[in-house]
Amino acid sequence: MKTQKLTVMALTTAIALVLSFIESQIPAFVAVPGVKMGLANIAIVYALYRLGWKEAALISLIRVVLVSLLFGSAASFLYSLAGAVLSLLGMALLKKTGKFTEIVVSVAGGVLHNIGQIAMASIILETDALRYYLPFLLVSGILAGVVIGLISGILIRRIHLS
Amino acid sequence: MKRGTMEQKERKKYIRDLILVGALLIAALLVLLVIRNRQERKTGTDAVVTVRTADGDAVYPLNKDGVFSLNGGTNTLVIENGEAWVSEANCPDKVCMGMGKISKNGEFIACLPNQVIIVVEGGEESPVDGRT
Repeated sequence: MKTQKLTVMALTTAIALVLSFIESQIPAFVAVPGVKMGLANIAIVYALYRLGWKEAALISLIRVVLVSLLFGSAASFLYSLAGAVLSLLGMALLKKTGKFTEIVVSVAGGVLHNIGQIAMASIILETDALRYYLPFLLVSGILAGVVIGLISGILIRRIHLS
Repeated sequence: MKRGTMEQKERKKYIRDLILVGALLIAALLVLLVIRNRQERKTGTDAVVTVRTADGDAVYPLNKDGVFSLNGGTNTLVIENGEAWVSEANCPDKVCMGMGKISKNGEFIACLPNQVIIVVEGGEESPVDGRT
């Protein structure tokens, strides 16, 4: 791995971590857990377009581990991990088709992140009660995804680190 | 010249994507509305509050007032006047306390850090689902 790429990846990871921290300090808009902006996804979408899916996956994984160690718990690690994996898979596949802009990619990322978390929580808690929860998270995931997608799009076009 | 057409193509793609996402959003909002409507009609008088934790489920009748310690004390559930809410939680974010009062079939309060889910289940179907 080239030193420059390594540096850019480290920088992107650091930014993702800072964004996660900022997000954890913002009080929730709606009193439904899981309804979040997903600010860190800006860094992940940027990495996906500027560095590649493997790099984005690595950054996402490191972010999940560090965030759970710093501000989370064992349960939150599993939820985040499921969300991150599903989200990244969906985003990478949609980007690969070449038919969509960052907006659709990021919306899919947001929605899939929520679905992944719910699925993991349902498995851990052995319950299907969380299905009541999905429509809320779909709506919030779409809205947040549009905002994140627009911001990511600007950054992808204007900032050339590698 | 070429740059101009490229940009135009990009912009078209953007507009198409925004329309696509807008349609998705409307669909999701419709689903949400339909579910809400169904909930309000389905709540029976013998509704119960089911509390699911990692150690199993517990059922409390919604028409009997009381204060209950859940999950070995991590959360406190209050039932009063046919409404249930979480008055105390030891998790850092306290989202479950902010979720307000629930009384309609299908409404829920979730405290994911403590792995507790509280759901109102209406009278129509059997409220206890065998799983313990």
